[in-house]
Amino acid sequence: MTLTRRASLLSAFAAPVAGALFAWSMNGQSAARSVPKPRPGAFGSEYFPNVRLHTHEGDEVRFYDDLLKGNSAIINVMYTQCQDGRCSLITSNLAALQRELGDRVGRDIFMYSITLRPHEDTPRLLLEYAARHHVGPGWLFLTGDADDIELVRRRLGFVNVNPVLDADINQHTSVVRIGNERRERWCMAPGGTNPRYLASIVESAVL
Amino acid sequence: MYLLRFKESRLVRRARTNREEIVQAGLSRRDMVRLGLLSSSGYLVTRLGLSSRTADVALAATSPPTRPWIEPLPISPIWQPVAALNPPPQVDPLPGEGRTRPHQALTRFPPQKLYEVHVKEAQHSFHPDLPLQTIWGYNGVVPGPTYHIRYQEPVLVRTYNELPQNHTGFGVPQLTTHLHNNHTPSESDGFPMDFFPSAIGGTQLFYDQHYPMQLAGFSKQFTPFGDTRESLSTLWYHDHRVDFTAQNVYKGLAGFFLVFNDKDTGDETTGFRLPSGEFDIPMIFSDKVFDSNGKLFYDLFSFDGIIGDKFTVNGKIQPFLQVHPRKYRFRWLDGGPSRFYQLFLTDLNNLSRVIPFEQIANDGNLLPLSVTVNSTLIAVAERVDVVVDFSKIQPGTSVYLENRAQQFDGRGPTGVVLPAGRGNLVLRFDVVLPPVADNSLPQTPPYKFYDMPAPSAAELSAAKTRSFTFDSSGDQWVVNNRLFDPNVVMANPTEGTSEIWTLQNDGGDWQHPIHIHFEEFQMLSRNGSPPSAIERGRKDVARLGPDDQVKLFLRFRDFVGRYPIHCHNTVHEDHAMMARWDIVPA
Repeated sequence: MTLTRRASLLSAFAAPVAGALFAWSMNGQSAARSVPKPRPGAFGSEYFPNVRLHTHEGDEVRFYDDLLKGNSAIINVMYTQCQDGRCSLITSNLAALQRELGDRVGRDIFMYSITLRPHEDTPRLLLEYAARHHVGPGWLFLTGDADDIELVRRRLGFVNVNPVLDADINQHTSVVRIGNERRERWCMAPGGTNPRYLASIVESAVL
Repeated sequence: MYLLRFKESRLVRRARTNREEIVQAGLSRRDMVRLGLLSSSGYLVTRLGLSSRTADVALAATSPPTRPWIEPLPISPIWQPVAALNPPPQVDPLPGEGRTRPHQALTRFPPQKLYEVHVKEAQHSFHPDLPLQTIWGYNGVVPGPTYHIRYQEPVLVRTYNELPQNHTGFGVPQLTTHLHNNHTPSESDGFPMDFFPSAIGGTQLFYDQHYPMQLAGFSKQFTPFGDTRESLSTLWYHDHRVDFTAQNVYKGLAGFFLVFNDKDTGDETTGFRLPSGEFDIPMIFSDKVFDSNGKLFYDLFSFDGIIGDKFTVNGKIQPFLQVHPRKYRFRWLDGGPSRFYQLFLTDLNNLSRVIPFEQIANDGNLLPLSVTVNSTLIAVAERVDVVVDFSKIQPGTSVYLENRAQQFDGRGPTGVVLPAGRGNLVLRFDVVLPPVADNSLPQTPPYKFYDMPAPSAAELSAAKTRSFTFDSSGDQWVVNNRLFDPNVVMANPTEGTSEIWTLQNDGGDWQHPIHIHFEEFQMLSRNGSPPSAIERGRKDVARLGPDDQVKLFLRFRDFVGRYPIHCHNTVHEDHAMMARWDIVPA
């Protein structure tokens, strides 16, 4: 399964990458934009920023409209150059989770990994990272404008209540958010725990 | 792991400084209301900058104003048993039952009291100034009905899950009801993984929980009735669905379960002669947030905890209670999700006045000896029974129950105890009812209850020792450096033995009320010193402040199976601050 997916992933990558990189770098220049303030109590279109992001597959997507709206999702944050190996460890564990969930990933639930270092993590780097971790279809690695990524990070609560720790990327979080946008149902789990247990959380809570 | 002793951000520091300046300036309440610093209901106005997320989003919602002291304190009805259940309870799970394991003590202790409870969605008013709210309640009420149970009268509660399967919003319609602190066989305990949905294929589902109501030790050392000194009084029940406990309990799934025996009789002319009947009032404190439309709000993406700006008691915001000039027993419970309370009785007309009261219990057990206190600190899930004597308050006047613990976020209180009148007014007592007979507690305090001998030297030396270190790694909670996995058994004490458990907080400045299911512990030491008088009772929640270490003595008797140890800041709990341990057969 993994080999086939990797092969198709890599071949699909070749053509659109140049355009995607161009769009990605242009997007990095965009000015700060106004984002509608959410009404507390509604965890839908008003809450999740509909910012432009770029996938490791070279596509430009809207975070809310294209990725979250009506979907179930498993979301974490990472960056490819993580030095202490934590991101790699969590990504490998989530790859095991993806294998547990089988072909429901990409159909009933989607996986999103958002870089914390959008300046460094180009779609190409993310693609290489995804391939290295045997990532299958239905799981996107995402980069974009730094302000947009920061907004997404905050809205998803990948935030340490201690602002000094929050600003220190070496303290970044290893938790995953698991949710069903349509039901406004979200929980959190340690990204490093037994992937079978993670799969059972997904199955009982959001599928 | 990472010591969290860093500088605060400018924003957080400014907010804190603001409050401290207000407090130090000694502004009067009227000044503060005029300056917009205090709302008319007695709270410091919530301002942006109190949490790291508020700078970004309007999430630290400030609830709409509500007038204080409009409605009386509601007191939940006492739930009545039914004559029979259909189908009748049996050892193995019934068709349509969510239970997966047989009852281990049903045959030995056939239920004498059968209860049926329906968990369902309903409309509830937290306050007349707010719209009706869709809540989840045991029998559709918040808080759930109160059980009055007697020892040696085995109970079976059949809980039907009638929550809407297609529910949208916080909360998940799957249930496992934990009877907090009871001596319960594992399959009836409400283990977090034992949740069941409302229906499968159109069949309404239920779960039978068998509470033998036997005193601990009945099977060996204290046959046949157990050790009277282990008698419990104030328990509560709440949903415990793994990963969603905070949401489900916030939505209303909690209630009281009060236990009586021939000492704590429910009759103030007998036994310990505690204030009884209408003078015995349970109160569950839950802080809430409401959005700009007045709808109950739960921040699904908060990591540290949920801190509300509206204080409910028994499901009403800032109610009042009219009292007679006599002694009352109050059973105070911090229903969470994340706030600690330091409760004082405050006279707003004389802020320097100290109004002491008698603390008679800490968690489920009565203290060996009551303690006269000026305030009491309660963390989530802790219970404190107190006796307040309103004959000491001038008739026609009011005193307030005030929380003076300063707390900005889910990490825990700051340690600052706010001056009188500057905290959160939770409840108003009006001493306006006529004098009535008071047959309770004729002796002068301290009141003596069950003996609690220290474990013997032989017991201590025979006890196996274990450590549980609470920490975090990459924002993931770890216990002994392990992430929660319900299939991993972290400790496996043998039934009939005793152990000494050391709980250590290595998680920097975060505080954790750690709850151990099954049989409550005796605290041997806190940070190397003997516990204070109010921690000298048997407890089931151990508060761990920064770097705290407590040593606990526990007995594992009578039943076997899986149980959890977990943080009862329910938001931490839902983020997997939990470990499983099993009692294994001898």
